[in-house]
This record gives sequence, C-alpha cells and structure tokens, in this order.
Amino acid sequence: MSTVHKSMSLAGEAPVALNAIQRLSVIIGVSGLLVILLAAFNINFPNKALLLTLSLSAIFLGIILFSYGAYANKTAGIKNDGVWMKSVSSRGFWGWVSGIALTGFYVILYFYAELLGLSPDGNNKGIVALFDPLSKLLSGNPASQWFVYGTLYTVAILGFGIKFIWKYRHNRYEVLRTLSVMFFQTAFAFIIPEFMARLNSDTFYLPYYDLKNIWPLNYYNFEQYRIDGFISAGNIGLALLIFGILSIFVITPIFTYKYGKRWYCSWVCGCGGLAETAGDSFRQLSDKTQKAWNVERWVIHSVLVFAVLMTTAVVYTYLGYDPNKYWLTKDLFLVLVAAFLTVLFVVIWVFKRNELKKDALYGAVGYLAIILALVGMHYSTGSNIFIFEAETLRSTYGFLIGAVFSGVIGTGFYPIFGSRVWCRFGCPMAAILGLQQRLFSRFRITTNGGQCISCGNCSTYCEMGIDVRAYAQKGENIVRASCVGCGICSAVCPRGVLKLENGPLKGRINSNDVLLGNDVNLMDLLKER
Amino acid sequence: MENIVIIGNGISGITAARHIRKLSNKKITVISSESKYFFSRTALMYVYMGHMKFEHTQPYEDWFWDKNDIHLKEGFVNTVDTATKKVALADGTSMMYDKLIIATGSKPNKFGWPGQDLKGVMGMYHKQDLENLETCTPGASSAVIVGGGLIGIELAEMLRTRNIHVTFLVRENSFWNGVLPAGESEMINRHIREHHVDLRLSTNLKEILADENGRAKAVVTDTGETIPCQIVGLTAGVTPNIDFLKGSGIELGRGVKVNRYLETNIKDIYAIGDCAEQHEPIGQRRTVEAVWYTGRMMGEAVAQTICGKRMPYNPGHWFNSAKFFDIEYQTYGWVFANPQEGEQHLHWMHPNGKMCITIAFSQQSEEFLGINTFGIRMRHEVFDRWLTEKKSIGYVLKNLSEANFDPEFYKKHEKEIFNAFKNQLTLSAV
Repeated sequence: MSTVHKSMSLAGEAPVALNAIQRLSVIIGVSGLLVILLAAFNINFPNKALLLTLSLSAIFLGIILFSYGAYANKTAGIKNDGVWMKSVSSRGFWGWVSGIALTGFYVILYFYAELLGLSPDGNNKGIVALFDPLSKLLSGNPASQWFVYGTLYTVAILGFGIKFIWKYRHNRYEVLRTLSVMFFQTAFAFIIPEFMARLNSDTFYLPYYDLKNIWPLNYYNFEQYRIDGFISAGNIGLALLIFGILSIFVITPIFTYKYGKRWYCSWVCGCGGLAETAGDSFRQLSDKTQKAWNVERWVIHSVLVFAVLMTTAVVYTYLGYDPNKYWLTKDLFLVLVAAFLTVLFVVIWVFKRNELKKDALYGAVGYLAIILALVGMHYSTGSNIFIFEAETLRSTYGFLIGAVFSGVIGTGFYPIFGSRVWCRFGCPMAAILGLQQRLFSRFRITTNGGQCISCGNCSTYCEMGIDVRAYAQKGENIVRASCVGCGICSAVCPRGVLKLENGPLKGRINSNDVLLGNDVNLMDLLKER
Repeated sequence: MENIVIIGNGISGITAARHIRKLSNKKITVISSESKYFFSRTALMYVYMGHMKFEHTQPYEDWFWDKNDIHLKEGFVNTVDTATKKVALADGTSMMYDKLIIATGSKPNKFGWPGQDLKGVMGMYHKQDLENLETCTPGASSAVIVGGGLIGIELAEMLRTRNIHVTFLVRENSFWNGVLPAGESEMINRHIREHHVDLRLSTNLKEILADENGRAKAVVTDTGETIPCQIVGLTAGVTPNIDFLKGSGIELGRGVKVNRYLETNIKDIYAIGDCAEQHEPIGQRRTVEAVWYTGRMMGEAVAQTICGKRMPYNPGHWFNSAKFFDIEYQTYGWVFANPQEGEQHLHWMHPNGKMCITIAFSQQSEEFLGINTFGIRMRHEVFDRWLTEKKSIGYVLKNLSEANFDPEFYKKHEKEIFNAFKNQLTLSAV
C-alpha cells in the first residue's frame, strides 16, 4: 500500500487548478458576460441601464476577485508558477477555445455588426441596445458596435490592469506603466471622444477621436472627411489637425529619442495597453526563432510602406477634387512627400549605414525605390489617379490591415501567437518608432556584465519574441527596433542582469565592451575577433 | 585538420567549442550523455515550476550547431586511452582525438547514508534528476531536503510550487552561514520560513527508510526524529564527475588536476569547469569552482590555448549571484561569513527585512574588498572597476548610487545606507 493520499489534497499536482476564490470569481465574471450574450439573442431586458451596470460590474469584479485569489496570499515576487502547465496559457484546450471565441467575436464585430444588434437608424437591438444607456449618458447618441467594443476594451484594461499591478506589485516600473495605460485608455480612448461628440450638432462637425491614436496607426486620420471636418470646425479643428501632424512628425521623434518607443507602445497606446493587461497571460507564446524575426522585419515594414502609399494616394486624390479649397496643390504635395522620404533616407544613409545589416539596407533601398518610382510614373504618364485607385488602396488597407490584421489576428489570436502579434508584425506606427529606436534613441536594455546564467526567462517572457538571452549572455546591450520596453525581461531575470535605461548614444551597442569576468588581457584577445 | 573532442556539453564545454570555432576551423565534437543540445542547468528549476518548458532552457536553436560545424554526439564516455588518444563510448564505439577537453561537471554528493539510493531519493543537478523528480511528484505530499546550499533552497522553492510540504535539514545553525554573514543568513532563514518551509537548523540526516516497494517513506534525523516523506532531495554539495577517468593516467585529486593553463599532466588533455581542480588556489578562490561563470571563463581561456595563443585561466574579481525564493543576491569581490584578520564588515538591513547589504573593507588601508547585496541590484562593471582601482570604503559609500542597477522608479536606499554606515564607522572608531 502506498502512503499517498491522492484524493486528500492537491499535493504534488502542477499549480494549474483554480482555488475556491478563483472559481467563484470565474462564475461572477462569466455571469456578467452571459448577460451580454443573452442580449445578443434579443431578450428584451426591462431596465437596460441597471442590467448593463450589473453586467459590467460583474465582469470587473470577477477579474479583481480572480487576481485576489491568485496573488493575495503570496509574497511579492515573480508569479509565473504553472504558466506552461495551464492549458489556457500554453496553447492547450482552453487556449484554443478562448482563441476561437475571441476570433469569432472580432469577425462579428468587424464584418457582421448587425448580429450585435446594430441598426443604422439608431434603433438598436440586442447587445448594442444594451449599451445605449451608457452611450447616451456620455455622448448623447445611441451606441454603436464600436462603443460596445470600446466599453468592453476599457473594462478589460482596467480589470486586468489591476491584476497586472497585483502580480507585479514589487516592481514600480510595472506599476506606473500600467497605471499610465489604464489612464490613457479610460480618459483618451474612451471618455474624451464621447465628450467631443457632444460638441457636435447639425451645424458643427468636429471629428472626435482618440487623440493619442496617431497616424499611421490611425490610418484614416488624414482622409478627406476628417480634414474637411477639422477645417470646418474652425480654430479648434485646425488645432487638432495641426496636433495630428505634429504628433507624428515632431512629438513622436522627440519622445522616442529620449525614451525609446516604449513611451508610446507600453505606456500610452491602447493596443499595447490591452496586450500588457488582458494579454499578459499570453506574452510567453510569442515565437522567438530567428525565422520569425526575419518574417517580422519584412512584414511590418511592408505594412508601413503600404500605409504611406495609401495615405499619400488618398490625400493626393482629394487635393485634386477642389483645387481652390486647399492651399496645398496635389503636385506640390507629391513633391513634398518624395522630398521628405528622400531626405530621411539620405540622413539615415549618411549617419547610420554602418550600423545597418545588409538586408535592412536592401529593404530600405527597395522601399524608397518603389515610392520614388510611383511618383515618377505619375509624372511621366500624366495620370490623375496615381497608378492605383486611391479608394481601392484605402479600402484594401482598411480591410486587410485595419480589420483583419490588427483586430482578428492581432487580438483574436492572443492565446495562440502571444499578445503582441499586431504590434510586432503589423503596426506601421511601431515600425516608424522602431526604426528610430534602433537608429536615433537614447534607449537600450543594459546587460549587467557577466551575471547572466542563460536561463531563458527573459526570452521566454518577451512578448515581442526578442531572444533577449542571446544578447545578455554575451554581455551585449539590447537595442532592437521591436522592443516596446515593457520591462518584463528585467523583472523575471533571477540574477539582476537587465535594466531598461536611457543614456548617451555613444557606446549604446557595446558588443566590443563585454565584461564576462575574465581578466582584461583575455578580454582584449576576445575582442580582436 | 586538428580533431578536438570535448566531453560534456555544459556551459564550460560549449563555451570552449564556440570559441574554438570562432578562432579556427578545427573539427569539433562534443559528447554528452545528458542531452543532445546544450541547455542551461541553472534553469532546470523553472521547468519544474512551469515558468518555462525544457526547450526554453536551450540558448541556441537546433540549427546553430550544424551551421557552426560543431558535431554533437550523444553518448557516455567509459574510458579515455591517453596512449592511443582515443575515448571509448558505452555503446562500444570509440573516437579518436588530437586534443581532448574534459568538461564533465559535477555530481551530487552522497555521503553513504543508509537508503541514499532508494526510489524517490535524488539530487538536483542533471536533466535526469529533474525527470526523476517529475516522475516521483504525482501524489507526493511531503519531501525532505538534506543540505542547506543554493541547490537545496532552489529545490525547496520548486517543491513548494507543487504544494508539497518541505522539511529542510541544514547541518549549520543558520542557512548557508559558511558563506553568508550572520545577518544575511538569518534574513534568508526568515524568508525560507515565510514560504512555509519547515527549516530545521543544526540537523543532519541519519538514514532514509524504505517502504515495501523500495521507495523512500521517511527520513530519520540525528535528533532522533522520523519525518515521513515521499521525496528526499540530497543537496549537500557537489563533487567533480570524474569516476570514468580513474586509471586513465590523468592526475586526479578531488577533480582533474590542472595547471593555470587548464592543462592536465598529459599532453593535449585539458579540463575545465566544475570538474577541474587547480593545483594551487588562485587568489582567494577555491581550487574546485563549481560555478556557472567560472566554467564559462575557463571555456574561453582554454579555447585560446588550443588555438595557439597559450593563455592562463586568469579570472578577474570574484562575482556570483543567486536567488533565494523572492530575494535576489549578488556579490562582487570577497565578503566572507566572518571578517578575516584586519577586515571589517558594514551591514545594513532595510526595515522590511528583505533587503540588505554587507560591505567588507580593510581596516588599515580602508580599501574596499567586496559587497554582498540582497534585494538591490548592483552593476558588475562598476564594482569590477572599483576593485581594480582599489577604491576606499569612503569612495564606495559616497558613490554607491553609481552602482545601482535596479529598474527605473525603484526606491533608492543609498542615503539610508550611507547614514547607517556612517554611524557604524564612527562607533567603531570610538
């Protein structure tokens, strides 16, 4: 007879089971979701405002209670026990179930909004109608599918943000960063646009939007209806338009120079905010192979080129409709775009060509050639339509990148590919910030001399799929275009090897300056090679 | 083309292989019976705890070895024939070498305890130990760990994640106090207990009792107590793993005897890492250094020698690190458990009892000798420089913030530390 008591306790089992508090929290959270689901079947609830409040509160409370059950009775420190044993966080059964469910939700949201009860005349039904009271309270308008999505998105960032803070309560960088994304989501993405909408009337139209949502992430910011709206709204509209342009051409470069792309990607951005909070349980699922890195570089920069071309074409087209309306003529605009890209390219070439690896150079030359060729073709053929139909470009971009990539794949596949698929492979904003971070920024992750034991925690928990260990074990600083500065590599490191820092550009990439513990003479020899 | 054979694919052997490849186009073969691909031994604990999968502990992708023309041979070396320059493998094959590097690492100590080879009894060193532990875990409700060192406390942390009750037998009267000064050692005692580990100080293992299936069912301590358990972890240090070399003619002591060039008594045979034993201690170092970092350094040095730039193993200033449950530990220079002749210790502890540092300096010259830091990360590069430049204790205290390596926005403690030490220094001057 064995002395083992299998049924008596959880002893010896992998830390995957939920405790009593967590089970209760799941019931509460799911019941909140259930209310929304029931609404989808057009069950006509009597008091929608009350029911919505209850439903959202239950979801929020469920998440908080779950975190309490998970972390309250544990000492402050790294909480990754069982991550690769739980089916939801290791592409197991529940991982796939949640992946498919999320993907399904996004497909409906983007392409079949009527299933959510959206009605163009404002006479909403189903889920959208359930959210009407809140929307009317904020903006005065009936809800749309995007309002439903925005509300759930905000609840998720707030709820899972608290969970994240609880989990990393010993780490002030993580706590502050998370408070920041929670703030920007709630204020900038959710509440301010709704209040801006209140300003609008039949006679006054101001595009209302998430002000921190910068072009090219916000790829439609410079479309004609927006520009017309900005211009027609007088000074305030003009200010917003100028802010939109400054955001990408002035504010972004300054901040990125000082702090790296993290100021946006993991402190401000809504996509990043969701990835860092609700997506935190899936960060370890990112692909760390060198192959994935190769794919990443080509795909994300292609999206950037696509975004630039599309925007150029769209702006060019409407500038032509009414030459008297805009001071900028379409030809001048094209020349400006071409000149700007050429100057940018020449600056990079002159100052940074030695730092770029071969394929980065090929890529850059190739992309520049494409854009200049298109501009050239325009002048040589005298065509009015910029070779591609601008509207076709725009709608293709909106469908492929705006909906399928950023939404369905980017978020729906969290439990399969990790939480930053969109940010890593698709986001044109991340591509711009990344280029600058790699070339003109004070940010780096410093490696602490020879203390690395190659354990792999940093690489495993890098949501961007950076093989952090490959650098750390060589004593080399990490300066990678894709790094969003979430700081988790540094947090999970058991030997205190990694630190996110801003410092002088000189010696930022110190592959020749390693200190692995051998005496100085040997280090000189090692450096020779 | 010279044929280099390396026995062992741990950090020492693999570092040697990589650096020989960087420096030459010699033929390189790495033999291992533990695993096909190099993995980080220190990360095995995270596999058991579910932080990582085994594949994540492998620092290089599988294609790396082919691409760099480093041959990996799975096999166990039975004997080395130094006369014919041949190693014989357990599968009956043999392999010729021009130069041989022995990098076979360590094995867990067993001191002849009754019952030490029962089922359910294991060390925690090899990949196979982890697999064994995984096999023994289902249904286990309590474990006893014997030996209060770094591996012991890691094993305790591992088992606690599976909700297994852990009794931790430590020979000393405080955890690792042969290495750590008293205040630090006591802090770790408290932290171990905070994690619900039953820490038994000044307690030794007498024997392990078997059930009728030959599996461990309890241990008996030298205090006469019988503690029921299904798992026994033997973590009372490690010994060089060199049994297969007995009778080979290679000079052996505790480990494979080597000179400063990591050469054995037999030409063209080298030993590096945990299994190497220096004839004379280097500085204050032990003659056998079973540490990740020293293995890596020896691998770098021996690669230079083999590739024609004869190079002594000449380690820089001592450094090391570890993590005790939630508390990170780093050390630079020498801080001994008790100040040596002419030395003084300064000790600061945060009121939360989870953060502390100890600085050692020479009383006469006031030269800074070393620092232990718990819960505050410090910069290797800065302390290495300060030790080289023989900075004074006063300089180090004034500039301590330069060495801080904590993440951004962390609370800084340099001021408190400075004031606390100022008091200690004034007091001792009186």
